[in-house]
Amino acid sequence: MALKGRLEDFGITQLLNLINLARKTGTLYLQNTASDKSSYLCFREGKLIYATMEGMEDNLPVILQRNGVFTADQVRMIQSNMPGKPDRDIAQVLITSGRLQPQQVIESVRSHVLDVVYQVFSWYDGTFRFEPSKLTVKGKITTSIALENVIMEGSRRLKEWERLQDELPDLDVALKFAERPTTPLRDINLSVEEWRVISFINPRNTIRQIAQNNNMGELQIRKIVYSLIQAGVVEVVRPPRPVAAPGRGKAGEREAGGESAKMRRPDVKRGIVQRLIGRIREL
Amino acid sequence: MQTLKIVVTGPFSSGKTELIQSVSEIDVVSTDRKITREAERIKHQTTVAMDFGRITIDEDLILYLFGTPGQKRFDFMWEILSEGMLGFIVLVDSTRPETFREARRILDTFRSYSPVPYIVAANKQDLEDAWPPGDLRIVLRIEPDVKVVPCVALDKESVKNVLLELLYSILELMDEE
Repeated sequence: MALKGRLEDFGITQLLNLINLARKTGTLYLQNTASDKSSYLCFREGKLIYATMEGMEDNLPVILQRNGVFTADQVRMIQSNMPGKPDRDIAQVLITSGRLQPQQVIESVRSHVLDVVYQVFSWYDGTFRFEPSKLTVKGKITTSIALENVIMEGSRRLKEWERLQDELPDLDVALKFAERPTTPLRDINLSVEEWRVISFINPRNTIRQIAQNNNMGELQIRKIVYSLIQAGVVEVVRPPRPVAAPGRGKAGEREAGGESAKMRRPDVKRGIVQRLIGRIREL
Repeated sequence: MQTLKIVVTGPFSSGKTELIQSVSEIDVVSTDRKITREAERIKHQTTVAMDFGRITIDEDLILYLFGTPGQKRFDFMWEILSEGMLGFIVLVDSTRPETFREARRILDTFRSYSPVPYIVAANKQDLEDAWPPGDLRIVLRIEPDVKVVPCVALDKESVKNVLLELLYSILELMDEE
């Protein structure tokens, strides 16, 4: 069953996060309204293995040229000698003949895939469709890129202040380390600024206080916190709700509504719940 | 005579009225009105106050099902409806990812009103475009100990299963304590 929707409602970061956490295999097709371009990204078990974009040549010789491995003349020669050959065959011939190192292929394909994915991060409008189990990579050389760092870097590149504000509207909430982080900290590359924020994470410090302590502006702190949340490193701790006004319920019954709020048993006897179950089964 | 209450909440047009109608023994007392706002013309009528359904358990116990109005401008009523609830169900239209963020907001709000047990019901699972419950768990950031149950609000057996799963969650919580 294909997942589909609008990028305005469900952004690239959220999509990659879903694919990563659900370890999905398949192809994500994207259509951007603003640029009128399309792209697709392929994933195997939650890892990004290939990506391409309309208007961006993705045959291996051109990818190698873009990465400084070959000159334009060399690319023309390779293409005229091996017209229509799939990338895998071209790579094999070039490696066997000693004109190319396997590592250069790996790095160039990886660089191409990352170029594409970081460009689509700026797509805020359009449509998406995820086709599970379908991989459009025939003849292509694939790579395997963990999405946590892609999400971190892509989030770093997010320019739209409004979007960040929408995702993290309140700076007067605190952060805590995720109880079950999706990625060990040692596997994530953090910038100096991100480490500075990490060092202040404590349920007693609000995001605003962390920003003030680090002399960071709202935009910068929002970017950093958003990327850390999306990478599953930290979670927001919502402050307890203020006591309700008289006449609007029993304030004493309230507890923090945040992620960590524990559910409490309702004030009924077990036998009553079992009577409810019995009756509903009979309906 | 003892009465108990379960609240059914969720974004606009997620299927709350249909869910209550499927199991209520009375015609659901629903204050539906014709929709006038262009943006909300997904359906012809919408609930502007609340839905109200009833299941008689036995001669001295009645379960009421309350559906919250889905539109944002009526969210002042949510807190009143949540008073004394046994638990709540967050109903999500699995085919409309544009409502997922709103579903999360509603879930957080209800949790802050009362820390009673709740489950998420992934509605419209009979439709081809429905997101699977496992994906909804991820995008809505639902904790592992909270159930995300597949649901078809028009199907009585499916709704019964949703209610039962909520009640089982309540029993499990009682066993833990």
